[in-house]
Amino acid sequence: MEWETVIGLEIHTQLLTKSKIFSGASTAFGAPPNTQACLVDLGYPGVLPVLNHEAVRMAVKFGVAIGAQVAERSVFARKNYFYPDLPKGYQISQYELPVVSKGSVEIELEDGTSKRIGITRAHLEEDAGKSLHEGFEGVSGIDLNRAGTPLLEIVSEPDMRSAREAVAYMKKIHSLVRYLDICDGNMQEGSFRCDANVSVRRKGEAKYGTRAELKNINSFHFVEKAIEYEIARQIELLEGGGKVVQETRLYDSKKNETRSMRSKEEANDYRYFPDPDLLPLVIEPAFIEAVRKTLPELPDAKKQRFAEHYCLSSYDASLLTASRALADYYEAVVKAVGGEPKLCANWVMGELAAALNRDNKEITESPVSAAVLAGLIKRVLDNTVSGKLAKDVFEAMWAGEGDADAVIGKRGLKQITDSSAIEKIIDEVMAVNPEQLTGYRGGKDKLFAFFVGQVMKASKGKANPQQVNELLKRKLAG
Amino acid sequence: MSLTPDEVKTIARLARLAIGEQDIQQYARNLSRILEFVAQLDQADTRDVVPMAHPLDMAQRLRSDVVSETDQRDLFQQNAPQVQAGLYIVPKVIE
Repeated sequence: MEWETVIGLEIHTQLLTKSKIFSGASTAFGAPPNTQACLVDLGYPGVLPVLNHEAVRMAVKFGVAIGAQVAERSVFARKNYFYPDLPKGYQISQYELPVVSKGSVEIELEDGTSKRIGITRAHLEEDAGKSLHEGFEGVSGIDLNRAGTPLLEIVSEPDMRSAREAVAYMKKIHSLVRYLDICDGNMQEGSFRCDANVSVRRKGEAKYGTRAELKNINSFHFVEKAIEYEIARQIELLEGGGKVVQETRLYDSKKNETRSMRSKEEANDYRYFPDPDLLPLVIEPAFIEAVRKTLPELPDAKKQRFAEHYCLSSYDASLLTASRALADYYEAVVKAVGGEPKLCANWVMGELAAALNRDNKEITESPVSAAVLAGLIKRVLDNTVSGKLAKDVFEAMWAGEGDADAVIGKRGLKQITDSSAIEKIIDEVMAVNPEQLTGYRGGKDKLFAFFVGQVMKASKGKANPQQVNELLKRKLAG
Repeated sequence: MSLTPDEVKTIARLARLAIGEQDIQQYARNLSRILEFVAQLDQADTRDVVPMAHPLDMAQRLRSDVVSETDQRDLFQQNAPQVQAGLYIVPKVIE
């Protein structure tokens, strides 16, 4: 039996506003519990929500970036449910008339082709607080600092057909919201969260299968794992003659499995209705146009420009444009070097990326600035330092020993390009290795590599390798 | 429009209201009558009427993104039955 997987994602992005969506409390992460929860966030009687202009602007920015319709009139609704981290007993969200609808993004598949993923809607809503269970006996602790933080919930069409596609889409949205500067994308802090709706059906069937909703999966890796587990679970269930139940399931990354959280039909009666505390949100076309003019160059366009302008492969261009900060860094390096885009790309994606990865740093935290890296690349290009020793110079710069010239000077790593100096080293090497010299002259060509090695060793790696090759050939020939 | 006793129980549970078994019939009757009363609106022709989200014909005003609230946790938590380390303490909830 051939099965087809159908996946849709709901992505919650915390918007980068200073204050909450409906109150003037701070949204800063990491404050002591409940110090950023004001009367509005706590749901005290008699308070009124007032919508944050910046949250609206960010939602509109996302809408125009994905070619969506931005509603000139949208409505806030109450989503009613009881949970202690939701003080009002309802979440203010949008239901029938969301601010953004009918957009799309392109994802790139592994075979190099691209696929359009529809975005049904994106709506503004408030985040809930946090419930803490660990360290308590028989009770839970509630921190409402997060309550009221603005969220843009981005709902895709059920357009994805594999876990890989779902991850590609999630990465795309992640990159996009960071380019747009509307979300920091920090998954560990919960600024970017994903729920996945997963179902399977027999290949060729028009009707969707019953879906399960996988909750709060907070890494790209776990999204793939969770979906793959869920697909296998559903297929096994169906092939064994069972039925998939519509329910919410929680992914356990330690056990790599999903398990039932609650039955959806039971919990799903949210009784939405328009929030009488909020008037309809009216967005003038002129405002939408003004926001459109602030759009930066978006990932797809930047990638294409990098590939064409810098003659990079599609793969390199993808990596370098994964974030706006990395792309800016790369362009600053190329500009400072004054060309050599491929060599610059190799350094940024090679030594720099490895060091960032090793020390778990973001590009914006790199101890080696674009100008400093460019300084090193220039010294490689003008033969001051060999490509091999340049890596040592890079590590020294990373450790804070100064720029390329300072490190090369201090450590004496300057490449030897003076022919007479190299000849002198060669003479010495030949003098102490008479046997090998006789051997080579007697036809053992392989010994050439031995002499190259000895000369490089004697020069502490500083002799220019090309010159060593040329001079050795001449000298060894006698 | 007539509500069954089961529907009354579901509504009560969603609203977290405890109601006595003996009162369910009466709630069902009264709630049904309210629904019947409102159902008269079904007779109105609403084909050309735009759904109304709010009785005031005005647009939502927006506030600028400024932090205007200060920390008043100690004051607010005086109203809470139990707090610990700055957290509001509630009966255990875990799914």
